[in-house]
Amino acid sequence: MIVRRDDPVLVQGITGKQASFWTEKMLACGTRIVAGSSPGRAGAQVHGVPVFDSAADAAKAHRIAWSVLFTPALATKAAVYDALEAGIRNLVVLAEHLPVHDVMAFVAEANERGARIVGPNTAGVVTPGEAALGIMPGFAENIFAPGRVGVVSRSGSLGTLMCLEIVRAGYGQSAFVGVGGDPVVGTSTAEALAAFERDPGTDAVAVVGEVGGTMEEDAADYAAGMTKPVVAFIAGRTAPPGRRMGHAGAIVSGSRGSGESKVRCLRDAGVRVLDSPSDLGPVLQSLLR
Amino acid sequence: MNVPEHYAKEILREGGIATPRGRVARTADDASAVARELGGRVAIKAQVPAGKRGKSGGIAFAASPHEAREKAAALLGTSIAGYVVEAVLVEEAVEIARELYAAILNDGASRSPLVLFADEGGIEIEELHARAPDSVRTATVDIRRGLDPERAARLARHPGVADVLLRMYERFATLDCELLEINPLAIDRKGDLVALDCKLALDDSARPRHETLFAEVERLVGPQGTELERRARAAGLYYIELGGNVGVLANGAGLTMTTIDAIAHAGGAPANFLEIGGEAYTKATAALELVLANPRVESVLVNFCGAFARTDVMAEGVVAGYEALRPRVPFFFSIHGTGEERANAIVRARLGARPHAVMEDAVRAAVAAAAAIRA
Repeated sequence: MIVRRDDPVLVQGITGKQASFWTEKMLACGTRIVAGSSPGRAGAQVHGVPVFDSAADAAKAHRIAWSVLFTPALATKAAVYDALEAGIRNLVVLAEHLPVHDVMAFVAEANERGARIVGPNTAGVVTPGEAALGIMPGFAENIFAPGRVGVVSRSGSLGTLMCLEIVRAGYGQSAFVGVGGDPVVGTSTAEALAAFERDPGTDAVAVVGEVGGTMEEDAADYAAGMTKPVVAFIAGRTAPPGRRMGHAGAIVSGSRGSGESKVRCLRDAGVRVLDSPSDLGPVLQSLLR
Repeated sequence: MNVPEHYAKEILREGGIATPRGRVARTADDASAVARELGGRVAIKAQVPAGKRGKSGGIAFAASPHEAREKAAALLGTSIAGYVVEAVLVEEAVEIARELYAAILNDGASRSPLVLFADEGGIEIEELHARAPDSVRTATVDIRRGLDPERAARLARHPGVADVLLRMYERFATLDCELLEINPLAIDRKGDLVALDCKLALDDSARPRHETLFAEVERLVGPQGTELERRARAAGLYYIELGGNVGVLANGAGLTMTTIDAIAHAGGAPANFLEIGGEAYTKATAALELVLANPRVESVLVNFCGAFARTDVMAEGVVAGYEALRPRVPFFFSIHGTGEERANAIVRARLGARPHAVMEDAVRAAVAAAAAIRA
């Protein structure tokens, strides 16, 4: 789930206003975007990228390693199937407000085909100095710099802040993986940790979690057996139970998914849990000395 | 969206699952009339979206229409777990031989629907699981294929119950549910299966596929939340009133939660949760109006960290709102990410404000300013 500079990329829904804006940004980050798709728009070009009617058509003309989907929520399931049937193995699904039943269906389909979905409701994946997929400011030098800290985040906005703290402390990122803020996502925080544990370019990992669900608790189980140090920040620790805090996944019901449970599990697993985002720099300095 | 019990039971009946006969009453007289229609002993159940309703005194029984009037009068207008009882469901009382538990929910860990079944019911599943973990049997379902009748049979160990599980799954899948729980699923003295209580939560993201259903549920439950929360919803913004005096305007759920935590961490109290991430980043002016419409607000913290949400667009929105409203409370800014140079320049030039380089510094300043006004 770490994107590399040579990976050929498809942008589905490329002719939309936001997709076009972010295609230019992704290209500026070095991303090798070889094709776009948009139904009925074959033959068009977006920032020099050739547009096809479908992922299937794009995959006939180009080898494609990743697809990043800028599709509207209710059109996303069909677009994911289009990409999977075209043989694309890595998908970044940006849309939010996807019906959860759609997500469960296309994640099951991807698993069966040996493909990986990152998202939905993710801000994307970034490998500073190499490539960026999605809607993260990979082009901003005060936020992203090549380095050796892996970042996994449920949130784009808070993930951006944590990346800023990393660069401010004099470090950089080996990669950023946005896992997404929905209750069901294709790639979990624990799976992202596993990718960073294997990645020779990563020395430490920062986990940006939030209340709701049990991804952080599961990640703590995995982190307990890791050789690399892990730090974590959990958003929403003061959130009132029963109220959804913006992300569909960020809701505390009963003790399940509470900030307290996550912090306890992570600390028990030997993870340094930060009380404040600006503690990240000093903690990295102590861990990576 | 949570569906009230009486309407959830209608949805079960449409799917061929039996429920006790009965209907909703909004007055004590009507409750008495329903009891007369039904004849015999009735249950009177407060229609509030609270768990452990029985323990909170939200369920009463009556042997006659006269008693039904008295019991309904005692419930209506009272408050259970913070919800005012505006309606009661009057149902025939079922002679229970046995209580079971059945539920289907979206499970993030397995990324699939999860069916839960227990041979004991009538208590909260967490309680049951803690007391007798082996009594709760589970099965994940491949949503592309649906619940297989053989799986249902193995789970239920009873043909009638397996049939109810299959019918529940059909409702769950057809209506894009987050949760469908029948607890208890009763076996009555005649051996028939009856859904005595039902919790049904719909997936708000699937609303475009079920517009009529959502509209009907909204009509039944009436307007939810505080006046400001309702105004926000109408404007397409997500706002939660929190009772403190530091107004919050931030983008993205994660950053906004962090802002709220940071205010509490600094000894302050946030007035609201309000995030303008995603497509809402162009609505900063309307969002600022909402923050300032809360009379408790003594300082405003604007915290942007733009990825998709362009901070320059949000800053322009804030400045436009500020210039239109001329608020008297002090503002504090922390702005980073996409468009930050322009955003900070706009705030400096048009508002004469100096954005803080470190988010926590902006938080502490906003908390201190709100406290100073209080003092």
